[in-house]
Amino acid sequence: MRAPGGPEVAVGDVLLAVENVSLSFGGVKAVSDVSFDIRKGEIRAIIGPNGAGKTSMLNVINGFYHPQQGRITFKGEARARMRPHEAASGGIARTFQNVALFRGMTALDNIMAGRTLKMHRNFFWQMLRYGPAMREEVEHRRRAEEIIDFLKIQEIRRVPVGRLPYGLQKRVELGRALAMEPELLLLDEPMAGMNLEEKEDMSRFVLDANDYYGTTIALIEHDMGVVMDLSDRVVVLDHGIKIADGAPAEVKSNQAVIDAYLGVAH
Amino acid sequence: MGPLYQIFIDPFVQMGTAPDLFVQTLWEGMVGGMLYALIALGFVLIFKASGVFNFAQGIMVVFAALTLVGLYNIGVPAFLALGLTIAVMFGLAFAVERVVLRPLVNQPDIILFMATFGLTYFLIGAGEFVFGGDPKVMITEQLYLPKGAVTYKILGGIISVQKLDVAAAVIASVMVAGLAVFFSKTRIGRALRAVADSHAAALSVGISLEQIWVIVWFAAGLVALVTGIFWGARSDVSFALDVIALKALPVLILGGLTSIPGAIVGGLIIGIGEKMWEFYWGPLIGGGTDAWFAYVIALVFLLFKPQGLFGEKIIERV
Repeated sequence: MRAPGGPEVAVGDVLLAVENVSLSFGGVKAVSDVSFDIRKGEIRAIIGPNGAGKTSMLNVINGFYHPQQGRITFKGEARARMRPHEAASGGIARTFQNVALFRGMTALDNIMAGRTLKMHRNFFWQMLRYGPAMREEVEHRRRAEEIIDFLKIQEIRRVPVGRLPYGLQKRVELGRALAMEPELLLLDEPMAGMNLEEKEDMSRFVLDANDYYGTTIALIEHDMGVVMDLSDRVVVLDHGIKIADGAPAEVKSNQAVIDAYLGVAH
Repeated sequence: MGPLYQIFIDPFVQMGTAPDLFVQTLWEGMVGGMLYALIALGFVLIFKASGVFNFAQGIMVVFAALTLVGLYNIGVPAFLALGLTIAVMFGLAFAVERVVLRPLVNQPDIILFMATFGLTYFLIGAGEFVFGGDPKVMITEQLYLPKGAVTYKILGGIISVQKLDVAAAVIASVMVAGLAVFFSKTRIGRALRAVADSHAAALSVGISLEQIWVIVWFAAGLVALVTGIFWGARSDVSFALDVIALKALPVLILGGLTSIPGAIVGGLIIGIGEKMWEFYWGPLIGGGTDAWFAYVIALVFLLFKPQGLFGEKIIERV
C-alpha cells in the first residue's frame, strides 16, 4: 500500500518474523542465518538468482521444511516446528512454483477445497447432506463464487483444471489460496511462464487481493519489473544468504544485488 | 465335430438352446464378481488416497469376519458383536496410520507395500491367536440375513436365486452408492480426492493427511467387513479365504488402480468371465478353470490395455 513512487511507509505491525533461520539438506546449505520480517498489509517480495533459497524459505514459513536453527514468529507466537496443515489453520496460504492443483477436480471444487478448514459440520451430518451441513455447504459455495467472480474465471468453473491452460491454472491456484481467507499469502513465482498480458492480469489480482481483502502477501518473483511495481519491500537472497533488504528502489541500486544478478568481475 | 467347432461354436449353441442355464450362470458370475469388486474397492480406496498398495486388504476381509464370528462365539450378542467389529476396524485404521504409515511417510512406495505384507501376517497371527485357527460358520441368521432360495420359471426352465446373494447385492450397491456420494459431495470427500491428486497442495490448504488416512483405512475396513460377512456366508470363515483376496489383483488390472467404477466393472467382468468359462469351456479341458482363468484375463489386458479400463493414462512430459 505504497503510494506510487512515494517513499515506503510502515504498513503495520510485524505479522511474521524470521529470525536467524538456517536450513540445510545434508551438506548443502539452502538457507543460512536469514532474518527478515513481514508486516501486516504489505506486499513483500523475496528475490534472488536461481538456487538462492527463496522457495526453501517459503517452505520453512509454511511448515513444509523445519529449519535446523532459528525461529519463526507468526502473530506474536514463536514456534519451533509446525506442520503444514497447522500453518494453514493458523492463516497461512500458499501457491506453488509448479502449479499444484487437484487436477482431476473442477476449478470450483479446487476453490471449495480451499475452504476445507472453514467447514465444521461433522462427517455424519455431511453424509446425510441435511440441515446445518447443507446450509454450511451453501454458504461456502457462495464465498467460492465470490472469489470466482473476483478472479474472472466464471466460464471455467466446471472444467477439470487439468484441462486448463497454464495461465488459468495459476489463477485457480490463487483462488484456492484466497478461499482460505488467509492472513498471510505466500506466492511462489505467480507469474512464471506467463506472457505480458497474463502477467498484467495476475499483478492486478495480487494488488486487488492486497487492497480488498487486506491480505498480507509474500511473493517470490523473477521478473524485476513486476517486483518493483508490486512490492512494498524487497528482501534479496543469494546462495542462501540475505544480501539486501529494503524498498524496491533501494534494493535495485544496491551493489551487492547487482553483483549477485550480473556476476562480479574477478 | 472337430475341436474348433467345440471351442468356437458349440458353447454358443448351448447358450442359445438353454437360455435358463445361461442366465443362471450369469447370475452366479455376477454374485462372485460383486465380492471380488468389493475387495478391489478396498484396495482402490486406500491406493487413491495414499498411493499405498495395500496387500493386507484381503486379510482384512477375513480378519473382520473372524472378529465378528469370534466375538459372537464367546457370547456377545450378534448386533453388539457387529458394532464391536466396526470399532475394531476403526482401531485398526488408527493403529495402521500411527504405527505403519506415519513413520514411513515419504518412503518409496515399495517400502510401504512391504509394510502391508507385514501387516498381513500380523493380522493372520493376531486373528488366530485370539479366535483360534479352526474354520467358523458365519452368523447370517443372527444378523437377520435371509436364507434359502427362490426359484423363477422363465425361459423354459428354472432359475434358482439365493436370497442371501440378493441381500448381498442390495447391501453392496447401497454401500457403494453411499461411498460415491460421500466422496463426491462432502468436505471430507473433497479432501480425500485432493490428497489423491497432490499431497503438497492438500497440506497447503490445511488438510491433515493423517486424518484422511485414518478415514480411508476405516472405509476400507468397513468394506472388508461387509465383504467378509457375505463371503463367509458362502463358505466357512477361515484364513483359507485369503486366496479370494488374490483374485482382486486381476480385478485391479482390469479396472485400474485408481477407479472405483473400474473396480466394480472389473470385478463383474472377472466374476462373470470365470463362471462362463468354467461352465461352457471348462469341460473341454477337464474343469477346474476358475482357479486360474481370472489371471489369464488379466494377462490379456496387460498386453493390450495396461492402464486398465478406467485407470489414468500415464503420460510423462519430457
